[in-house]
Amino acid sequence: MSKPEITQIAEALNEKFGEAILSQEQAYDFPVFVVDKKELLNIMRFLYDDDRFQFRFLTTLCGIHFPDKEKPFALMVQLHSLVYNVRIRFKAFSKADDLHFPSLTPVFSAANWMEREAFDFYGFLFDGHPNLKRILNVDDMDYFPLRKEYPVEDLTRTDKDDTMFGRKPAGFKKLN
Amino acid sequence: MELTTEKAQQEQKKQYTTLNLGPTHPATHGIFQNVLTMDGEIIIDAVSTIGYIHRAFEKIAEHKPFYQVTPLTDRLNYCSSPINNLGWFMTVEKLIKAELPKRVEYMRVIIMELSRLSDHIICNSVIGVDTGAMTVFLYIFQWREKIYEMFEEICGARLTTNIGRIGGFERDFSEVFWRKLDTFLKDFPAGLKEFEKLLVRNKIFMDRTIGCGPISAERALNYSFTGPNLRAAGVDYDVRVMNPYSSYQEFEFDIPLGTNGDTYDRFMVRQEEMWQSLRIIHQALDKLKKLDDKKSFHADIPSFYLPPKEEVYNNMEALIYHFKVVMGESDVPAGEVYHCVEGGNGELGFYLISDGGRQPFRLHFRRPCFIYYQAYPEMIRGAFLSDAILTMSSMNVIAGELDA
Amino acid sequence: MKEILKSSEGTTVVQSPPGYEGPGFFATSLDKAVGLARKNSIWPLPFATSCCGIEFMATMASTYDFARFGAERLSFSPRQADLLMVMGTIAKKMGPVLRQVYEQMAEPRWVLSVGACASSGGIFDSYSVLQGIDHIIPVDVYVPGCPPRPEQILDGILNIQKLIHSESLRRRNSPEYKALLSSYGME
Repeated sequence: MSKPEITQIAEALNEKFGEAILSQEQAYDFPVFVVDKKELLNIMRFLYDDDRFQFRFLTTLCGIHFPDKEKPFALMVQLHSLVYNVRIRFKAFSKADDLHFPSLTPVFSAANWMEREAFDFYGFLFDGHPNLKRILNVDDMDYFPLRKEYPVEDLTRTDKDDTMFGRKPAGFKKLN
Repeated sequence: MELTTEKAQQEQKKQYTTLNLGPTHPATHGIFQNVLTMDGEIIIDAVSTIGYIHRAFEKIAEHKPFYQVTPLTDRLNYCSSPINNLGWFMTVEKLIKAELPKRVEYMRVIIMELSRLSDHIICNSVIGVDTGAMTVFLYIFQWREKIYEMFEEICGARLTTNIGRIGGFERDFSEVFWRKLDTFLKDFPAGLKEFEKLLVRNKIFMDRTIGCGPISAERALNYSFTGPNLRAAGVDYDVRVMNPYSSYQEFEFDIPLGTNGDTYDRFMVRQEEMWQSLRIIHQALDKLKKLDDKKSFHADIPSFYLPPKEEVYNNMEALIYHFKVVMGESDVPAGEVYHCVEGGNGELGFYLISDGGRQPFRLHFRRPCFIYYQAYPEMIRGAFLSDAILTMSSMNVIAGELDA
Repeated sequence: MKEILKSSEGTTVVQSPPGYEGPGFFATSLDKAVGLARKNSIWPLPFATSCCGIEFMATMASTYDFARFGAERLSFSPRQADLLMVMGTIAKKMGPVLRQVYEQMAEPRWVLSVGACASSGGIFDSYSVLQGIDHIIPVDVYVPGCPPRPEQILDGILNIQKLIHSESLRRRNSPEYKALLSSYGME
């Protein structure tokens, strides 16, 4: 079998999933497909099983937050076909009020912690995930820290006056 | 007596003990917590808790100019910081489409292979310590100090190096560095041989490590293993060969492979990789000698690379560039790039989204430890407690990289 | 190092504290004798979380040889340790664990905070990192650096030794010390 071209992959995906493939672009050396989030798991399964492609390695998965977009949250998934050495990226956008994504854990065991991380950082809910709870932060944290509206600094800090640097932690009170 | 009924099974379950291993346990070399369900000394199940040194790298990176992200990458896998640094620079260089001189690329190869050595030295000597051989640790660490001395000669720091700049290095390598490298290349093989003689055919070491914490190639791939751990399971995936960067395609080296994916294989793969690293460094030195270019140590990208200080003081244009670089005012194209390098533990990836601003819009690190450590409970199921410790140290899980 | 002298054989010996000496006897205060013994037989508990831990490994290893200062035996159990060496970032998730380890240590106990992260949070001014371990436990000596060189860690140990040497036996029962602990909410 020869190395599959991107056009070939795009054709196969379009043929199989049709409307679920929303757009395709080339971002530097990476082909990027924007897909409907509902079909994400089926697309992964298809690419995993198909002998022409054999995308059987989940490189990475992460959330992204674009606060200005209509669909502000995105899930990025990168696959790698180790047999043909082809890499491919998927993005699935979601509205803020419905952050459900299908979990990729039935196909890739590695997705387990990556999805937990995305949940921890952005609050994505992965349907079918065996154990969706916070992974890096403390369990009783009540917000999703990587969303753009939250500052990087500790919200409870009161001892730091950074006015000269143009920023102030939210809880700042000037000490007398 | 066979226990078949549900009640009998429940009764048997009651006899299991729960053992809390970590988060501060002397044998785990870092902050990992595993709650083990034990049947005597056999591990029935394990639950890993991580995040004990979560430092919010990805969030901090969104608030730092590109060149200030480097110190964060230092602290990912701190056993081999230079690889992380250079990997990050290559990501930014990919984004701004910078062409690097060959000389810089070869110099980078030398640095990266040296840090691979220092990474594998830590991991393998710690496997030695965990099997009860403290001597090898004390012996081999002398050589690791030599590597540190060389890094210090280049960048002034030992561990968290912040080595290089976007587009090259901050200065040319000094004569002292080249001299130290020469002596190191001459003397280190004897030290590494000694290390191997103490362990490789050592009966105790072999009995302890062979068959300990194995993983099959299929499971390893499904768990997205990379680096020495994947190669020990028998899959020849190495980013240096698969997606060459920094002119790795011009080098000749072997990728060692294991068969069982057990602790001994992981140890041996790392050991052989050290020899291969030495081979690559020799080749890089030869290539550097053959190059006509003996001077350049950075690319010609004035809007990202700081001009020399004397020019900043005497030359208007240089002053403007200096200002632009320091204030992060250089124009960066909007776009998204992914770049990966073969780190000490496997594929270390940087997924960067730039919106054209002075900071990354989103920076995601593909941290190999984080991804493969989730297979740990599966690997130690049914093993002895002491083997679990050994499996963890042979997987080379680095807390900084694990928890980001 | 005034107190540690090289003897003619090349081994290090400890100079005796000031006292009264005569044929067959030597008298000094109990404080000084105990301080001398304690400072040269520290059992440190390495609480290594991140990068500084690797530098601590280098400090322990052959080139820098931490054991020279009487701290050959690392105590991994807090109950038998005298010195808590906190090396590396302490995240908020880790804070309670660190505090518990400190509470498990028996008096007298000292704390050495190694590196910028343990001392002040370092470069990680973020939502998840504790901005200095002195928010949760009292610290005796701070070692700056990110990470500090092994020489700096050794210097921190020498400073701890100075503290141990000069500490009075009554300090741990003094109202000031109790007030210090109660300001951290400890008994």
